[in-house]
Amino acid sequence: MSLLEIKNLTVKFPSRKGDFTAVNDVSLSVEPGEILGIVGESGAGKSTVGNAIISLLDPPGYVSGGSVWLKGERIDDLDENLKSAIRGKRIGMIFQDPLTSLNPLETVGAQLIETITLHLDIDEKAARARAIDLLNQVGIENSEERVDQFPHQFSGGMRQRVVIALALCSDPEVVIADEPTTALDVSIQAQILGLLRKLCEDRNVGMIMVTHDMGVIAEITDRVAVMYNGKLVEIGKTDKVLYNPTHDYTKSLISAVPRPDKKSHRFPLVTYIEDVKERPEDLKLSDMWLGKTRDYEEFDGPMLQVENLKQDFVVKHAIFKRNHKYFTALKGVSFDIKQGEVFGIVGESGSGKSTIARCVTGIYEPSGGTVSICGTDLNKLEDKSRQNYYRRQTQMVFQDPFSSLNGRMRVENIIAEPIIFHKQATNKTEVKKIVDELLETVGLGSNAAQKFPHEFSGGQRQRISIARALATRPRFLICDEPTSALDVSIQAQVLNLLKDLQEELGLTMMFISHDLPVIRQMCDRVAVMQSGEILEIAETEALFNTPQHSYTQSLLGLMPKFRTVS
Amino acid sequence: MLTFIAKRMIQSVLVMIAVGLITFALLRFVGDPISNMVGQDTSTAEREELKEALGLNDPFVIQFANFAKNAVKGEFGLSYTLRVPVSQLLSERIPATLELSILSALLALFIGMPMGIYTAIHKDSWLTKLFLSSSLVGVSLPTFLIGILLILLFGVMFRWLPTFGRGEVVDLGWWSTGLLTWSGIKSLILPTITLAIFQLTLIMRLVRAEMLEVLRTDYIKFGRARGLSMKSIHYRHALKNTLIPVITITGLQLGSIIAFALITESVFQWPGMGLLFIQAIGNADVPIMAAYLVLIAFIFVAINLLVDILYVVLDPRLRTTVGD
Repeated sequence: MSLLEIKNLTVKFPSRKGDFTAVNDVSLSVEPGEILGIVGESGAGKSTVGNAIISLLDPPGYVSGGSVWLKGERIDDLDENLKSAIRGKRIGMIFQDPLTSLNPLETVGAQLIETITLHLDIDEKAARARAIDLLNQVGIENSEERVDQFPHQFSGGMRQRVVIALALCSDPEVVIADEPTTALDVSIQAQILGLLRKLCEDRNVGMIMVTHDMGVIAEITDRVAVMYNGKLVEIGKTDKVLYNPTHDYTKSLISAVPRPDKKSHRFPLVTYIEDVKERPEDLKLSDMWLGKTRDYEEFDGPMLQVENLKQDFVVKHAIFKRNHKYFTALKGVSFDIKQGEVFGIVGESGSGKSTIARCVTGIYEPSGGTVSICGTDLNKLEDKSRQNYYRRQTQMVFQDPFSSLNGRMRVENIIAEPIIFHKQATNKTEVKKIVDELLETVGLGSNAAQKFPHEFSGGQRQRISIARALATRPRFLICDEPTSALDVSIQAQVLNLLKDLQEELGLTMMFISHDLPVIRQMCDRVAVMQSGEILEIAETEALFNTPQHSYTQSLLGLMPKFRTVS
Repeated sequence: MLTFIAKRMIQSVLVMIAVGLITFALLRFVGDPISNMVGQDTSTAEREELKEALGLNDPFVIQFANFAKNAVKGEFGLSYTLRVPVSQLLSERIPATLELSILSALLALFIGMPMGIYTAIHKDSWLTKLFLSSSLVGVSLPTFLIGILLILLFGVMFRWLPTFGRGEVVDLGWWSTGLLTWSGIKSLILPTITLAIFQLTLIMRLVRAEMLEVLRTDYIKFGRARGLSMKSIHYRHALKNTLIPVITITGLQLGSIIAFALITESVFQWPGMGLLFIQAIGNADVPIMAAYLVLIAFIFVAINLLVDILYVVLDPRLRTTVGD
């Protein structure tokens, strides 16, 4: 008898077009002390399985078939009171975003004590002692003191520890962790995963780990279930599934994960997904507007020169300027990007990567130092039209494909706007022709022009962003985490597109990412950043093979140890 | 926390000075105060004398300083038409207005909030649908129409309740209250309801929208996943988070209830400040208008200050940022 067993679970979401089957006939089991991974891309139904186990499906979803058994006892058909007696007490749950998982208005202690007294028959004082003890166990120092603090006084990683403590309040037999480390930096991710592994072993808890990240799966799970389109396509020992997959979907999913260990020319695509569309082979950029010789002045020297760049943000305003309190995001950063080079910047959140991009594009005015594009410091340039001339050569692709496109504009107008602003075309038909070509170039096809952004998926939106960035025929493209919001198969497509464009158009590129394998595949040279400083700049291969700085070494060491089948 | 309050106080004083300037300009430049005071047959020399005596020849700054000094003491001069000090007129009227508006604010709050909570928790019940559709009536009907309809129904047709005035009032020192006599209470019912209905529906809809928003958040879902009871989730975790934005709107609404009770007051001939103000407009009685302006501005500023402080008390996230 397994600890937790799911038999033929089917979950449906009614909609106007009929029922949508989110989970289709899935059977799983978890043993005590075991970690079972559920992996898949967005929309695969993996989180829905987790929610269905403790009957917390978002309405209007409902379980239309199958059963859930906890220690041989059926739990999915209990009434609501009995179900909530199981939730928290026997099955704990950990959610993705630690920043929103805690009630902001109550102290951590109050939330812990409420949960403890609810499940265990002890008084407030004993519950408080237990709360402090739990915080200790999940690795929060000074827990006597911190128990009376509010969630906003904890960092993201610490909050996730509090969430784990909350899930462990009453010694549950099963813990369901839904993407518990997705919102965290890689070093904190390693700590949290280690903590979860240890808890499973010490307490003999069975755990279901829902994630999209193959690295996490390889790191801590014993067995893994691969889901695709609501169906379970493969389940087995982690080693076997990852290194010897049998199902086609698993094979292509694994091959699409960027390799951390060696550089390959292109990212393998998830061929199993029907909707993959590469750019048509016969598309010749040299015949198109985009590929024509650009009317920029030639110059010698690096494309971008950043010298001693500083950026302060006022965190607290005072009446007098000298009493302002500042946060220094960049503490004097210097580097060059050569023409035609792909320069990577890697670092954890808050290290100042994006701030550099924003200073270079002129979104922020630097507090100190100089930024020169094509040998010219734009902040010192008086002539507006010359400024525009240089700005036109520098374009940016942003991280979030959902908020970086104006939802009330048609794709055509979104892409045409920079063309018209920078007077790249003389009349409307010419603009239209350029827009169609650009959409063709990024693999969307010209009939996308009349649609609105919400009609596209995340990956397609990111293609629109790229087309918009190309619309001024830039020489220098800045990509700020362009794929971190995308699934791994979509990520491969978008990165391939960027690589192709870079090669064919001879673009210079600044590529910002927190993802080391992606950096390795994309960049010629890499800068490693930590708290506003560049620690190391090196050729990509040299950096990955012989890192000099201790921080770089630890980052590389924390990189999920997952080697793909070659 | 103390510096935060001090800062807000300074801002409030600045706002009051600005309002004072506007009011002073109104007093000084709308019409000629001298011709408002004297008859037509007063000679120019006498007028000049009066002007000098009243300090109207002093520089602007000194005149404003004097005005501000008097305003702080609550003195706004004589009413042009009634020939009584404005401060005396206002202090007679304030209790009537405050009693009416505070009662209707309480009514709106104590009925609107539970209705909002109920409609958010029981999204699909028939009672929710009834509340929501009837609240549309409350939002869309203008106050005077509701007042007139109520008068027609309960005053004229059934003859249960009085339709105008405050009824018998009892004087408690400088405060006169209608709450201690039966006729006073009966007179309060209709105007209170009239004034409350719009606020009530507004608060209900606001609480409902906020609560629905909060119920969708992760910490509520996490609370359910920990097995917390629905009672704790709704009233302990969700309600507190709902209240933060509700407080702002409710605070501002209380201000506008007091300030704009005048429509209700004129429908019910309620002897409050609003009625006084409307009569003053009709008579171009500038000192009353000026005093009313300053007083209403003061009420708004005071309520805003209170709301800001309440915010900090309720939300620990603000406490650390404004703490030092």
